Amino acid sequence: MSNSHLLTILLAVPFIGSVVVMLLPRHRPLLAKQVALIFALVTFALTVAVALKFDNGAAGFQFTEKYSWISYFGVSYSLGVDGIALVLIALAAILVPVVMISGWHDADDARGSVNGYFALILVLETMMIGVFAATDVFLFYVFFEAMLVPMYFLIGRYGGPQRSYAAVKFLLYSLLGGLLMLVALISLYVVSIKQLGTGTFDFTTLTTQLHLDAGTQKLLFLGFFTAFAVKAPMWPVHTWLPDAAAEATPASAVLLVGVLDKVGTFGMLRYCLPLFPQASHYFTPAILVLSIIGIGYGALLAIGQADIKRLIAYTSISHFGFIVLGIFAMTSQGQAGATLYMVNHGFSTGALFIIAGFMISRRGSRLVSDFGGVQKVAPVLAGTFLLAGLSSLALPGLSSFVSEFLVLVGTFSRYKAAGVAATLGIVLAAIYILYLYQRTMTGPVREGIERWKDLNVREILAVAPLLVLVVALGIFPQTALRTIDPAIVQTMQSIGVSDPPPVVNLGSGSSNGGTNP
Amino acid sequence: MSLVALATPIVAPTIEYARIAPVLIVLGAALLGVLIEAFVSRPLRRGAQLFVTFIALAVAFWAVVRLHGTSTLAVQGAVAIDGPTLFLQGSVLLLSLVAALLMAEREVDPAGDAFAARASALPGSNEEREFTAMGWTQTEVWPLFLFSVGGMLLFPAANDLLTMFVALEVLSLPLYLLAGMARRRRLLSQEAALKYFVLGAFSSAFFLFGAALLYGFAGTVQFGGIASALSSRAGQTGLVLGGTGLIAVGLLFKVGAAPFHQWTPDVYQGSPTPITAFMAAGTKVAAFGALLRVFYVALGGIRWDWRPMMWTIAILTMVVGVVMALTQQDIKRMLAYSSVAHAGFLLTGVIAVSQRGLGGSMFYLLTYGFTVIGAFAVVSLVRDSAGEATHLSQWAGLGKRSPLLAGIFTVFLLAMAGIPLTSGFAGKFAIFASAVASGDGPLVVVAVLASAAAAFFYIRVIVLMFFSEPAQDGPVVVVPSAFTTIALAVCVAVTVVLGVMPQPVLNLVDQASVFVR
Repeated sequence: MSNSHLLTILLAVPFIGSVVVMLLPRHRPLLAKQVALIFALVTFALTVAVALKFDNGAAGFQFTEKYSWISYFGVSYSLGVDGIALVLIALAAILVPVVMISGWHDADDARGSVNGYFALILVLETMMIGVFAATDVFLFYVFFEAMLVPMYFLIGRYGGPQRSYAAVKFLLYSLLGGLLMLVALISLYVVSIKQLGTGTFDFTTLTTQLHLDAGTQKLLFLGFFTAFAVKAPMWPVHTWLPDAAAEATPASAVLLVGVLDKVGTFGMLRYCLPLFPQASHYFTPAILVLSIIGIGYGALLAIGQADIKRLIAYTSISHFGFIVLGIFAMTSQGQAGATLYMVNHGFSTGALFIIAGFMISRRGSRLVSDFGGVQKVAPVLAGTFLLAGLSSLALPGLSSFVSEFLVLVGTFSRYKAAGVAATLGIVLAAIYILYLYQRTMTGPVREGIERWKDLNVREILAVAPLLVLVVALGIFPQTALRTIDPAIVQTMQSIGVSDPPPVVNLGSGSSNGGTNP
Repeated sequence: MSLVALATPIVAPTIEYARIAPVLIVLGAALLGVLIEAFVSRPLRRGAQLFVTFIALAVAFWAVVRLHGTSTLAVQGAVAIDGPTLFLQGSVLLLSLVAALLMAEREVDPAGDAFAARASALPGSNEEREFTAMGWTQTEVWPLFLFSVGGMLLFPAANDLLTMFVALEVLSLPLYLLAGMARRRRLLSQEAALKYFVLGAFSSAFFLFGAALLYGFAGTVQFGGIASALSSRAGQTGLVLGGTGLIAVGLLFKVGAAPFHQWTPDVYQGSPTPITAFMAAGTKVAAFGALLRVFYVALGGIRWDWRPMMWTIAILTMVVGVVMALTQQDIKRMLAYSSVAHAGFLLTGVIAVSQRGLGGSMFYLLTYGFTVIGAFAVVSLVRDSAGEATHLSQWAGLGKRSPLLAGIFTVFLLAMAGIPLTSGFAGKFAIFASAVASGDGPLVVVAVLASAAAAFFYIRVIVLMFFSEPAQDGPVVVVPSAFTTIALAVCVAVTVVLGVMPQPVLNLVDQASVFVR
């Protein structure tokens, strides 16, 4: 299983695709789109192959590859996936072809070329897979930062009227966070030189052999955490997200919120906790408070938004609060739930963004008040929107319910107050989603939308896979959880915590993180 | 002691010609160039000068490669031929070759190359028009250029204060002249030359005075002698500190560190762009080489005395460079202030006083040199009827007009901003890692924050080029001849290759980063 080059191939395919798409003639945009979609589908097929070969029972990284890259800095090109990385790679590999189909006409009359748009999406896919598959912290950082460039151009060249403001804000926030992480990364490297003789960035070596004192841990933790908190984004460094998500095309917004932001929460789980266990414990109370503020703040602002895309962006800030809460609850249910939440959020919010994009392109406006009575003219559109929305508010039976419930149970078992406070977020979620649905879909048909056509085949093709997944993961979450659990167990071990004993023994032991509630 | 010295017969110094061959070849070729000016008929001069220049630079580079592995003093200890010398000489020669390609360009300006038809003709006079109409070119630039290169080769090799001073003058005097020779905007160019000359002469005097003080303390101008005097004798700290400070002023002026940076924007803006490129890359390499040798070899023993001073200057340089660059409206001035900021980043490598610090600085110098030459090469191609269009507003929408050139410039800007997978990131990483290892973590935090702020003005240019609408009567992008095309291709290739695969050069740097003492 080791030293198969599957992950490298997985990285190479979208990258080669982007080069091919760029080289295709500019005057045949349809060809560029088709070729890009084929490359995205091949990448998806490869991901399925990886997932099928993945051994759920085994702990540690699988499909590992390691080659020396910059030996002067002790950097190696090393890849490998555990369950957490695998499900996130799968998320990216599913979302990319979906957004290509949904954004088929996004770039048709944009400033940049169609070839450029699809090539950038493919480059971004390479980076997204790389960032989750890297097991060398330096390599992770390279993908983490390099990922900003294609996203920056996707927003800045193809976005809405305020695109360049949004793109620059996005880039500067991320760069600032990333550079603070760079300092922490360098310090980690210097410590590894002092303690191990040779500097290394190898994740496994760093977590198992390095002994950081408490003070260093705290500083380095802050360096990493700031970068991830900006990326996630957590309150109060979230302000770039509504701008970026609102100005980006729906396709870019899906990738931005659905996958890129997950890199932040993934980073907390993968890097912050195992590398700096003591500091993680030290900062946990503060982070829990921030995430609960984020849950409430994001939800309240979402209720008040007039712009559909900004509204969805704010709901995401609330959801990211849940994810961070689950990670720092330091229980296996919480962390497994958070990981599953990352995936489910990608699908449900992705679907919301895509359908909102269909509405916006039909109406030519992003304002909630310009819509009304859509379900009479376009019932399929309204229905899919409702399903995606219900998943977003965690209706039982749909996927987000499972993850949200796990997060809350996991939090409650260790931090009761936090668990209780976070539950308010569920109530607010019902408000922002149903209120949005009520204003846009029900009531009398607004002028300007009477002649709407319902979703066409292409649009249904884009949304259907996501909704199928939303339902399927709601009914059978165990498939994903089985993959995630071993990695969570290992994370828990490396931070040296175990689940608190169940308060009330209901017969079904909750010590196994994967237990379906 | 002096009486004994007088009594011994004067022995002719032994000169190891082979070891100083690179310098001799270049200076010899410069003299040959002077003869060409005197004896070759005007139509043939340009060809002859180009031939001599390129052959000399190539042969000198070959000579440097032949000396690979040498580590010894030469010419009675006046010159050190060691790893840093050879690496920096090689860098200077390669950068000069690329800069010479830009100087040779004749296609971009309809009137000829970048230099005044006749520098002695008054700007705006009839005489000037006549010479321009006759198609004269000032071929004296070539021997002047070679003299300057010769000085740059000697500067980092100089192992005593007097040789260093001579090298400083040999490299500077031709540059003062070259700065005043622009074909367009000649008054600006002459003003630049005068400013550069007056301030340069002033700083040379500081250097000389500092050398006198150190001589007064140590009784020798040789670096080894100064170092041993510092280790054996305490006291007379006034002479030592005064001398150190004054020498630092002279050298910091050349590298463009604040508060001795005031000449950079004016000189960078006024000089003919190929000369600006040459100066920005070559002078920085040579002057940092000299600075590193003085402060590592001669003054390494009192690092605890000068490090606080250098800390202050490094922080000031970074802050001034970044803040001033943010406010610039002219692309050449912006690049000038960005070079000030880069001098600040490089100073963190000087402050490290370690083998890694030396290696990191040398690597950074090489990468920055190619990036900055490439950036100025791009500047020389964006033109309107009055010459180069350097006002930032004129660059709006360049990405639409010439996607290739704008793309190339983006690569350079991203490299200067230090985005991963470009050479600038590898350089920053090398230098910051050495500074953290030497316990300068806080300085690196400042440097990183400065990098984040610096990213803003680089990104601003990208925004202008790609996300703004082109102006109605905007500048055109001239298609250059093979000279500039090759130069640009080399710079892009080096910037990308050293970002993705820096290991071979880092190996070289690692072997080369030991000073002979």
